Amino acid sequence: MACSRLFRNFTLTVKLPPVTTHKFDATLLPTEAVTSKEELMKYFNDMFTIRRIEITSDAYYKNAEIRGFCHLCDGQEGIYVGMEAGVTHDDCLITAYRDHGQAFMRGETPHAIFAEMFGKITGTSKGKGGSMHFYNKTTNFYGGNGIVGAQVPVGVGLAFALKYQKKPNISMIMYGDGAANQGQIAEAANIAALWKLPAIFICENNKYGMGTAIERASANTDFYTRGDTIPGIKIEAQNILAVRETMKLAKKWGVEHGPLWLEFSTYRYRGHSMSDPGVSYRNKEEIDKVRATRDPIEYVKHLILDNKLASEAEIEDIQDKIKDDVNKAAAEAKKDPVPEAKELLTDVFSHNRKYLIRNVELKDSALI
Amino acid sequence: MLTRLNQRFSSLLFSASPEVPTGLPATKRTMLAAINNALDTVLTKDQTACVFGEDVAFGGVFRCTDGLRAKHGESRVFNTPLCEQGIAGFAVGLASYGVTTIAEIQFADYIFPAFDQIVNEAAKLRYRTGGQFNCGSLTIRAPYGAVGHGGLYHSQSPEAYFAHTPGLKIVIPRGPVQAKGLLLSSIRDPNPVLFFEPKAMYRASSCDVPDDDYTIPLGKAEIVKHGREVTIIGFGLQLLSLDKAVTRVEKELGITCEIIDLRTIMPLDMETIEKSVKKTGRCVIAHEAPRFGGIGAEIAAKIQEECFLHLEAPIGRVCGWDTPFPLVFEKFYYPDENRAYEEIKRIVLY
Repeated sequence: MACSRLFRNFTLTVKLPPVTTHKFDATLLPTEAVTSKEELMKYFNDMFTIRRIEITSDAYYKNAEIRGFCHLCDGQEGIYVGMEAGVTHDDCLITAYRDHGQAFMRGETPHAIFAEMFGKITGTSKGKGGSMHFYNKTTNFYGGNGIVGAQVPVGVGLAFALKYQKKPNISMIMYGDGAANQGQIAEAANIAALWKLPAIFICENNKYGMGTAIERASANTDFYTRGDTIPGIKIEAQNILAVRETMKLAKKWGVEHGPLWLEFSTYRYRGHSMSDPGVSYRNKEEIDKVRATRDPIEYVKHLILDNKLASEAEIEDIQDKIKDDVNKAAAEAKKDPVPEAKELLTDVFSHNRKYLIRNVELKDSALI
Repeated sequence: MLTRLNQRFSSLLFSASPEVPTGLPATKRTMLAAINNALDTVLTKDQTACVFGEDVAFGGVFRCTDGLRAKHGESRVFNTPLCEQGIAGFAVGLASYGVTTIAEIQFADYIFPAFDQIVNEAAKLRYRTGGQFNCGSLTIRAPYGAVGHGGLYHSQSPEAYFAHTPGLKIVIPRGPVQAKGLLLSSIRDPNPVLFFEPKAMYRASSCDVPDDDYTIPLGKAEIVKHGREVTIIGFGLQLLSLDKAVTRVEKELGITCEIIDLRTIMPLDMETIEKSVKKTGRCVIAHEAPRFGGIGAEIAAKIQEECFLHLEAPIGRVCGWDTPFPLVFEKFYYPDENRAYEEIKRIVLY
């Protein structure tokens, strides 16, 4: 990475990796990003926190203390932190079930995240959703969705609402390379293009849909072209500054012109979910190579260290502190109470009814 | 008498069925191995047959298709991309051309994008072409039902949505022996069949499953236990909790219960059900799916139509609650042996 240092106000100008575009003038994208020590330290903090949340979730899951399904995002942290650096919480975000990174960046504390996975009342969805279903109304985070691709038309609906209410905001609609072949995505794309909605489609291409490599699932693996008439941009999403700059442009574009079809080239170190060891369809060398050459946290760490913005010792201290904080958050969350039985029957409709819960409580409950 | 008692206490889920000839050479198989064996049998005997779905090539996420691709070839056992509506439509097309089509939907929870293809295309093809075309050689398999930690999207029982569509058959086995026999019948039945497999049973345990080709007829329920005082109707994994509930009730009240495994949801074997309810005068129906509009409602309506004057009590139902299938509350949601026990008792003592 080539960078120059301006002595006066301690900012860094960093050259960004090349992009590929589809029906889009590449010169509109910046070739450099300007950042500061403050920004880089924040990015490092946030990414490392997400990394520790994932590592800690893995341990608790293997101990059967987190149950259900759990999809970790180690290796993709640059996306979640980079996106938020380019937009605000007034921009809507919707994604699939690999949502821990987004949950954290959209305002959930590690405590609340773990509590949700442990099924505690203090969880973000009162323990009723679990790992796949994080949401946050105050920060416009629409989840956290289980059915592959189903969130995409929903995201277009959000975009319409924003335009309809004349908000200067975008709807960021995330999905994976595996979801790209869902018909409903083509439907959503057409609507967004036809009505020029501020919909930013983002394909997180981590090369594998569960255990299926992209070449075996998609006739066209240039996901950034699959919006057809919608202009597309493919970026190296392991570079957090590239993600940030792209999202800044996307926000402007979405509000002024309409939809954009982004492809984020990324990689997940772990399997699809905790049920997938992740090594039967790829080899360890491939995973190790990405870790060594394209890790998003290492990229920022090198920027910090190479430009002497902090020392190795300081970085290690920060890492240790984050590790401790996350472990503590998880341990605390573990002690939180589970939801009361009556929560089984709340949040279905919005009226208050008494329900039969167990037949042994026949005398003081009412039949449905 | 003692032998009969001992047989009774082995779980109903691992029992044979009367249609299965006895004394055949058999191997101990789990449900998933029985299904694998059935698919292998079809692929061997029917050269038009093919099996496809998400991840089936390596064996599938539950290993039901393990080894089939190596044995029968890439053009017959293959993966599809992740697109349920596409998979179902593609399957309808293949079947319309006469290919024995066995499509897999990875979890029944994912079947909804395919709902239109199944309900509007597969179910109605024979009718709207006046019999010229049909997709009778279509079978769609999907794992369904609670598994202890599946949450909202890995636990659903969607049979009621499809039971509402004339033209489809819906089959649900309770154990390894039934899985093989019913699946072979389903594949060979000249109508589109939805075959829902209770995923909690896949690896639960094993029992002797005949190695030969055998079938269990569709549209025929099985009385898995005879009794006098009340008829209990269920299917799939529910037979396990019903078995436990019945054991308790019988001991406590000194009665005998008759348990019917539906095996085929559509078409319902009303003959067996009516005969039983006319004998006992009382009935409880159990299913995991939510109560409102579940197939228990249809069965109850039919029973009161045909057996009204024989009924001594209202028809009881033990079902999932009318909520989405929860994650941490599964134990409260699930119609387990305690709820079944209470409901059976309530109906018997009415």
